[in-house]
Amino acid sequence: MADAVGGILLAGITLYAVLGGADFGGGLWDLLAGPTRRGLAPRALIDETITPVWEANHVWLVFDLVIFWTAFPHAFTAVMNALALPLWLAAAGIVLRGAGFAFRKEMSRLDLQRAAGAVFAFSSLITPFFMGTVIGAIAAGAVRGDASHASLAAWTSPTALLAGLLFVTACGYLAAVYLTSEAARRGQQPMQAYFTRRAQAAAIVAGVLSLATLAALHSANPGLVGYLTGRALPLMILAGACGLAVLALLTAGRTRGTRVIAALGVSAVVWGWGVAQYPVLLPGTAVTLANAGAPPATYGALVVVFVAALLLIGPSFALLFTLQHRHLLHADHQPPSGH
Amino acid sequence: MSLGSTVALLAAGRLNGEVVPARAQMAATLGFHIILACLGIALPSVVLLAEFIGLRRHDQTATLLARRWSQAMGVLLAVGAITGTVLSFEMGLLWPGLMRRYGAVLGLPFGVEGVFFFLEAIFAGIYLWGWQRLPGWAHFWSGVPIAVSGILGAMSVIAVNSWMNQPGGFTQQGGTVTSVNPWQVYFNHAALYEMPHMILAAYMVTGFVVAGIYAAGVLRGRGDRYHHAGFAIGFVPAAILTPFQIFVGDTAARGIARDQPVKFASIEYVERTSRRVPEWLGGVYANGRVYGGLKIPYLDSLLVGFGPGTKVTGWDSVAPAGRPPVVWLLHLCFDVMVGLGFLLLLAGLWLAWEWWRHRRLPQRRLFWLAGALSGVAAIVAMECGWVVTEVGRQPWVVYRLQTTAQAATTNGGVLTSLTLIIAVYAAIGVATILILRMLARRWRAGASTEAAVPYGPPAPSGRASGAES
Repeated sequence: MADAVGGILLAGITLYAVLGGADFGGGLWDLLAGPTRRGLAPRALIDETITPVWEANHVWLVFDLVIFWTAFPHAFTAVMNALALPLWLAAAGIVLRGAGFAFRKEMSRLDLQRAAGAVFAFSSLITPFFMGTVIGAIAAGAVRGDASHASLAAWTSPTALLAGLLFVTACGYLAAVYLTSEAARRGQQPMQAYFTRRAQAAAIVAGVLSLATLAALHSANPGLVGYLTGRALPLMILAGACGLAVLALLTAGRTRGTRVIAALGVSAVVWGWGVAQYPVLLPGTAVTLANAGAPPATYGALVVVFVAALLLIGPSFALLFTLQHRHLLHADHQPPSGH
Repeated sequence: MSLGSTVALLAAGRLNGEVVPARAQMAATLGFHIILACLGIALPSVVLLAEFIGLRRHDQTATLLARRWSQAMGVLLAVGAITGTVLSFEMGLLWPGLMRRYGAVLGLPFGVEGVFFFLEAIFAGIYLWGWQRLPGWAHFWSGVPIAVSGILGAMSVIAVNSWMNQPGGFTQQGGTVTSVNPWQVYFNHAALYEMPHMILAAYMVTGFVVAGIYAAGVLRGRGDRYHHAGFAIGFVPAAILTPFQIFVGDTAARGIARDQPVKFASIEYVERTSRRVPEWLGGVYANGRVYGGLKIPYLDSLLVGFGPGTKVTGWDSVAPAGRPPVVWLLHLCFDVMVGLGFLLLLAGLWLAWEWWRHRRLPQRRLFWLAGALSGVAAIVAMECGWVVTEVGRQPWVVYRLQTTAQAATTNGGVLTSLTLIIAVYAAIGVATILILRMLARRWRAGASTEAAVPYGPPAPSGRASGAES
């Protein structure tokens, strides 16, 4: 049962990465879109694609936190204690990203829009970075099982910092791939070319950063790298193959299927990490899925909650994405001017 | 909200280290979020009510109100979602002791809440952005899941809070939880009165806040049908719920007298367990006596057990270390909450009388002044209620099982995060209010609601992305 809940947590992390991650990536491209006039078209596309979905995508983070603390409370508190600072910074980034995005939409003055937009875009950059340092620190084995105090060294190791950069790049990669498809579907050729270039660049940088992170991880936690290139090797190969496939398709000017392949590639990395660590929850400690502080009944209840969630949320998400896909959700209010 | 209490605690020298800033931070962030949570729970219903009236009666005014409120709701739901996420982080970052020991228990209602949070966010994405292109009734129904999941999600979160007041549904050995009964965790003893009390509070806060905004408009001379409708759609449901809330609150107080007698004794200034206990209205307790309060003989015993001979447990039943820190704060907050509840009831009765006699809204300026203040009053009452329940549970975080000091983080620097978060929340609070006011100004100017694209400047030929649609 603990394994099943571990799988649920990993699935939740995967969904947050491929859905929520892309929303952060959108903010990253918004940040890099240049001055007002030149950045108009990409920002408009980013805004339209993120608007109706970002809150729902964001809930995966809350869901993951809840599963983590309910099923594995000892590991959860160790992580929260040891990595308090990057987690605070990520939380601050989440607040500022959401507020900046929601506020910008309703502002009518250009200077205020710029200020809110800058907050949104900059926090879209720092949030995945600090989340990446947290995951990097855990993978490097820098979180002790009984950690009760914050550790600066834990998340400023090469592995953690590289993981932070990798997270930012992966978000940018996903967003650029999704936006390329979106632009193609809308027949916006300049935007398609614009985001294709960015997707290609991000894919290459992400590939390089993955290898660099792996190298850093090798000196920090060789055991995990052994599993990554051992039993998790098929997933690692899948991740690499997906990245190359997306690159090839985009270079050929094709967008069909790129979204799914890109998401699959990122998912393969997440699951590769999970498979490599299994059944250890905090590498370098004795904390495993089964002994992290929850009784069996908790696992059972969480599985029931997850199945109920799938039955309720699955069709709802399908409806949301279908309506968005068909352009029935339009980010523009135009009330009849009766008064 | 309980910042005052924390300052008082600090002065009393009862706590030290990170406990006080951690409590202050939790109080500040929860006190801020709870207002948005109320709006998140109940505003969808109010908007749907307006949309329903608009669709059913082909009432353009109601439809316009629904559409505009929906735009404001978009901002409020976003701010509510992110401030709620901060609380999730704080559960671990501020209270690792609580989560380490009881995460496997109190996490279960949070898991259920997560499902409803999803539904809320998904259907909000459909409802808020579907105004233009979804047909009328289909659009209306896309909003119903938001309202329903708002209520069910709120029940789940309140289940956690009431579990902290009446922990049950699990067994533990040597500080480790060994088995859990999720059903008993969720429907714990206190849930039965806390859940309806808070959900009704959310509807009252939302209804009166909406009404207050339009009442203020009427006071400024905008007494047209649009403002009257905006007022009534908020005020009438909230006013109808007020007597039910008073009944539920009275039941809850008796529940607390039974379940958490020391909290109740502090609320009611009951020093010694005794019969024929008087009720104090107002007054500050210090040095063993009450200054400035109105004493009503026997009333407390009557309220608790319907007879003057009812025995009420005093705070002398536990050692001083087991009592809440500042009883006068609890007592006054309770009195303010109850007092405001009755004032809101009076305002509702006034409207009911006027409608019964004359089939119209009251004309007197005093009524509209009361209406304009009703939103603030409801918020203050709700915050006071949270001070009572949270400060009243002290020194426990999980009643009689874990103290707040045991739960708090040992990491330094909470004072820093507290300072920063107050600054950020103040900015977000001010920005939210300014944006809502800006929206209102834009609506009054009759303009279309939104700049075309982020970062303007308005494209010369309509929307820059217009080509695609």
